[in-house]
Amino acid sequence: MNTYFHDYLVVFVLVLLGAGIVAGGLGGNRLLRPHRPTREKLTTYECGVDPVGEGWAQSYVRYYVFAYLYVVFAVDAVFLFPWATVFALKGYGPTTLGEMFVFLGFLAAGLAYAAKKKVLSWV
Amino acid sequence: MKCTTEGIAGFGCDPWWLIGGKALVIFVFLVLTVLLSMWVERRVIGRMQLRIGPNRCGPFGLLQGLADGVKLALKEDIVPAGVDKVVFWLAPVVSAVPAFISFIIIPFGPTVSIFGHQTQLQGTDLPVAVLLVLAMSSMGIYGIVLAGWSSMSPYSLLGGLRSSAQMISYEIAMSLSFVAVFMFAGSMSTSQIVAGQQHIWYGVLLLPSFLIYIITMMGESNRIPFDLPEGEGELVGGFHTEYSSLKFAMFFLAEYINLATLSALATTLFLGGWHAPPPITTIWAGANSGWWPVLWFLIKIWAFIFFFIWLRGSLPRVRYDQLMKLGWKVLMPISLGWILLVATIRTASREGLNQTQLLIYGGITIAVVLVGSFAWDLVATSGRQVDPYAEPERATAAEPAQGGFPVPPLDLPHYHGVLPETAARKEVSSGTH
Amino acid sequence: MTTLDVVFVLLGVVAVGAAVLVVTTRQLVHAALWLVVSFGALAGGYLMLTAEFVAWVQVLIYVGAVVVLLLFGIMLTRAPIGRSADLDSGNRWAALAVALATAGVLVTVLVRGFRTAYAPLDVAGQGAAKPLGESVFRIWVLPFEVLSVLLLAALVGAIVLSRREI
Repeated sequence: MNTYFHDYLVVFVLVLLGAGIVAGGLGGNRLLRPHRPTREKLTTYECGVDPVGEGWAQSYVRYYVFAYLYVVFAVDAVFLFPWATVFALKGYGPTTLGEMFVFLGFLAAGLAYAAKKKVLSWV
Repeated sequence: MKCTTEGIAGFGCDPWWLIGGKALVIFVFLVLTVLLSMWVERRVIGRMQLRIGPNRCGPFGLLQGLADGVKLALKEDIVPAGVDKVVFWLAPVVSAVPAFISFIIIPFGPTVSIFGHQTQLQGTDLPVAVLLVLAMSSMGIYGIVLAGWSSMSPYSLLGGLRSSAQMISYEIAMSLSFVAVFMFAGSMSTSQIVAGQQHIWYGVLLLPSFLIYIITMMGESNRIPFDLPEGEGELVGGFHTEYSSLKFAMFFLAEYINLATLSALATTLFLGGWHAPPPITTIWAGANSGWWPVLWFLIKIWAFIFFFIWLRGSLPRVRYDQLMKLGWKVLMPISLGWILLVATIRTASREGLNQTQLLIYGGITIAVVLVGSFAWDLVATSGRQVDPYAEPERATAAEPAQGGFPVPPLDLPHYHGVLPETAARKEVSSGTH
Repeated sequence: MTTLDVVFVLLGVVAVGAAVLVVTTRQLVHAALWLVVSFGALAGGYLMLTAEFVAWVQVLIYVGAVVVLLLFGIMLTRAPIGRSADLDSGNRWAALAVALATAGVLVTVLVRGFRTAYAPLDVAGQGAAKPLGESVFRIWVLPFEVLSVLLLAALVGAIVLSRREI
């Protein structure tokens, strides 16, 4: 066992502790709370109007496009992180900078295209 | 591997009781911070709105948070008919558990001695510590989107979708705001980032990054001015409309822990972590040693929490289109441009350009960017130049939804307690939302 | 067999088991959630191999972004609560054959390509951002630049598909 696994053991201990406390809380809550369901209580909340139908409404395509943009730019950010950490080291001069300019240039073109097609503005 | 007390490698040497103790201390700290920040928030907001705020439970109402927690835990837990029970239960758990984890990499102070053991006041440090925080906050999105979906209520679904779309939009800008910090610290480990701020805080050195982070952290925390997911006027409670009892408390807990985590992260990355504020260190050399740094750290965190509350007391809620526009059209391009600018300046200064040349090139670049954005503005706005004296077209619109704004149909049926069998199986036509 | 090996094998079992549940469950959103479990177990596997940067990127990109995209996509088309009867097609056996063939090809390629490429597990920080950045920006620059073109193409494609009035 070296320090690497030791570090992650601490993370794991905290995950266990968090899950344990949450589970314990929910378990204790189950014992303590009253439970008297009626038919009206179990309807979904609709501001006083009785709910009609299934309650599931189709979502809008816009959300999907933003999730897509998120995937693309999350990948971009993930490549920026290692770049930022090695950037200041010896032997990574203007070339590394230029590479990132090209990379971000392509992505910025994508963002500009999205803006041009009015995907970024919510109506 | 040799055990040292300095740097990243020092963490693997803690004995098991110290590991458990640290985890427990972080836990207790988070719970106390949540209880206290709830009280502080209500009292401060009360003051700002010329009220008194809660003052009945305990001295100065300090136990109000605890009382609310106990009350929520003793309430009936309503699980509406027709929800997906497993996911309905899973959502608050998924919300709360990752929120606890992020705090483990926050450095509270330098190396101290606990019962004869030299250890750093930090749960653990990883070479990719900040990435862990980002990963955990992206896990938090699940709690929201699943709560919205499993509740079987249009309000919840809409709130969940809105909230998650908002969080993913701001998370990118947030991670981009960290890049400049990594560039200067040369590492993603929080203890090294704090060590890199011994002389100057990154919040001063990289002010634009800091400002972008502050805006994105408002967006990430789903609070005013970006609290649209639970805009009471339009979505009832948003994704947690159908939640009650302790499950609701879990969402509440997660929200306030995220508040503390975002504040702690801002302190660590931009405000020097546990380093004492500048005038103190010049007068008093011992300010950065022993247990004192914990005090500076706590002061900075609470300053941030107060800042959150202050904003909540002063700002109105933005509109959803303004929110998305700010996230994608302003914050993203500015962060990308700022990263490249910082990188260019660093490279140029390393390649031996002197200050005057730097200033000239920088001035030229800024001028080009300004002219470019001005030209873009001209091109973008020239297409939709409107005649101010023309009759407004919308006055003749027959259908309320035609203007593009989400309005419910005016002839929405009301069934007062009686469900006609014919209508019971029909899906609600959703309109635009 | 050390503790690490046992944990690694267990994570592998969880990843494969969750993947099987993805295709067998009758509830669409649950399938996406099993995919989360599978990706999470995979991230755990990376962690056990000391590739910590890759592990957290796996959580950030696959769990945090790709599956959220899938969930949004499901909610865009159909996301009913409860079982859907029409989730099975008649191509079950063909799909199984394709899956097995793909797995066979991948396993063969990986084993033949990396049979002797062992990485020591006791070097601290070898999977962190810095070594990764060094290898990306020294050796793999061209794939990195090509990736940006790929991302651009994907982005433009998604916009074209989702907008009617192009």
